[in-house]
Amino acid sequence: MTVGAFIQETNKPEGWNRPPVMKPDGDGELLEVAMGPHHPSTHGVFRMDVSLDGEKVIRLKPVFGYLHRNHEKLAEGMSYLGSMPFTDRLDYICSLTNNWAYALAVEKLTGQEVPERAEYLRVILGELTRVQNHASSIGFLIQEMGASGTPLMYAFKAREKILDLFEGLTGARMMCNYMRFGGCRVDASPAWLDDTRKVVAGLPGFIDEFERLLTGNEILMARCQGVGILRPELAVNAGVTGPMLRASGVNYDIRKVDSYGIYNRFPFRVPLGDHWDVYDRFMIRLLEVRESIKILEQALKEIPAGPVMDAKVKIRGFRPKPGEAYGRIEAPKGELGFYLISDGGPNPYRYRVRPPSLINLTILEDMCLGQNVADVVLIFGSVDIVLGEVDR
Amino acid sequence: MTAEGIKMMIDAALPGSGVEIVTNPSVSGQHSLRLDPSHAVAVAKFLRDDEGLSLDFLSNATGVDWPDKEITEKVKVKRPVTKTVDGVEQTAEETVEETRKRVEPGCLEAVYHLYSVARKHGPVVIRMRTVNRTDQVELPSLTSVWRSAEFQEREIFDLYGIVFKGHPDLRRLLMWDGFKDHPMRRDYVDPDDFEYEPTAHDEVLKRAEAHRAASQEGRAAGQ
Repeated sequence: MTVGAFIQETNKPEGWNRPPVMKPDGDGELLEVAMGPHHPSTHGVFRMDVSLDGEKVIRLKPVFGYLHRNHEKLAEGMSYLGSMPFTDRLDYICSLTNNWAYALAVEKLTGQEVPERAEYLRVILGELTRVQNHASSIGFLIQEMGASGTPLMYAFKAREKILDLFEGLTGARMMCNYMRFGGCRVDASPAWLDDTRKVVAGLPGFIDEFERLLTGNEILMARCQGVGILRPELAVNAGVTGPMLRASGVNYDIRKVDSYGIYNRFPFRVPLGDHWDVYDRFMIRLLEVRESIKILEQALKEIPAGPVMDAKVKIRGFRPKPGEAYGRIEAPKGELGFYLISDGGPNPYRYRVRPPSLINLTILEDMCLGQNVADVVLIFGSVDIVLGEVDR
Repeated sequence: MTAEGIKMMIDAALPGSGVEIVTNPSVSGQHSLRLDPSHAVAVAKFLRDDEGLSLDFLSNATGVDWPDKEITEKVKVKRPVTKTVDGVEQTAEETVEETRKRVEPGCLEAVYHLYSVARKHGPVVIRMRTVNRTDQVELPSLTSVWRSAEFQEREIFDLYGIVFKGHPDLRRLLMWDGFKDHPMRRDYVDPDDFEYEPTAHDEVLKRAEAHRAASQEGRAAGQ
């Protein structure tokens, strides 16, 4: 037996000899491409099964689960505090907003109050997280367009300074594990606040530079404008949230709607798109960064002295009364929610993460149909997902 | 908008739809509405399309497992006892404490959190229960009303095993297609050989072993 025949006989994968998929009109075959799980544009392990008619996409099915570790089951087996560090690993670019969403849900369940200074610190950290997430997501998008490296490194230059601030306050650059139920873990020193003021003072310059580099770029406009259009009615019905929803022209920002924390004290505008395409998503992120900088400046000016946590409050081994609560925040990627059911025990009976990254992918196929296969990469990049959160 | 108010609106618009209020004792105060699965799609459409409610945005859909509960309770029972007092048989009633066990049947539950983008209110929580956890695990799919349920209902099907009737593409979402169990159920047990997956190597090793045995036989026959 030849080696080839041996391999053919032993290693037949399932479906190896299935008939070719024909075009709907019966005129020729379709090309089936598995984009991923190791495609460089998928930001991790994620697969899109794409059927192509020439260059045109006529079917696209996302395949999930390569990074699934059943985060929710793990959380049901440990105390409320125990899963706080694991929330960092959901959307590992924005660990602080994950902490915040979880802390908010538990505070809703128990009715804990958060001190003033902790609320300000949460806003500062949340908005810094938004700035670095949006900057790097734009960087990745441009990278996928073929501008290899340069814009991404500009974004990382700013992100690096923010990550240094996170490290200075929480001890970790990405896995911060900083917020607690009813406050924050440690107080910020005056020196840290001064450093933050310096970094924030430099951010408008960074955004101006970034915009000069990108916004008017001919190639970027040619590739992004009119590509991946998402109608507002479909966006709302499909549960799309965050910059994606606002780029489709729907005025819905949870910071305004719920005004959780102390967001009602900050005047800021909600940028909305009017072409509903990839370019709008890019612009909305840039404009949101500018609004975040305003919020940061105000918060850093107003932050009061005081405790960041009530010293008497019990954070370990507490047992919330039976009941349930759903808490949500405007995370950089969209609506991040935590749904908790307590049966009166020290562990949550049910712990659910509402992942914006997964739900924003519901309409990926709708946006890609009829587009060229090269634009799939771009449309997917404009959704801005992190696989740690999609697969949980 | 309170749960009572929404229940009244549903009852007025769709009489006999069997909506119940489930109170939430937690301080969050998020009470929910339990829908009758046979009327759920009509009620969901009403919630979405009604002018005053316009709950056009389904934020979160998830499952909850409520396993069978064995309840042990002590009950005081009166029963006749015959006694012999002074040589005469008498029947008297006596109160005796008895331990009784009963099983409260479990179910699977799907929970949906609705918000209104148009009117900016919420959350309105709706939930549906299956009949049991084993063979009658069907619920109507709300994907036709809110597209955002598409992946989330697939996830519930995958991790809890609720079968959503009318779902356009009900496949496993996170686990692989050949997987048998539903890992988020409370009574799920990890298989011992969780890491084991048959690979091409097994096939090759088996053949190599057979080949080695055959060649040894051949050698023995040749000598």
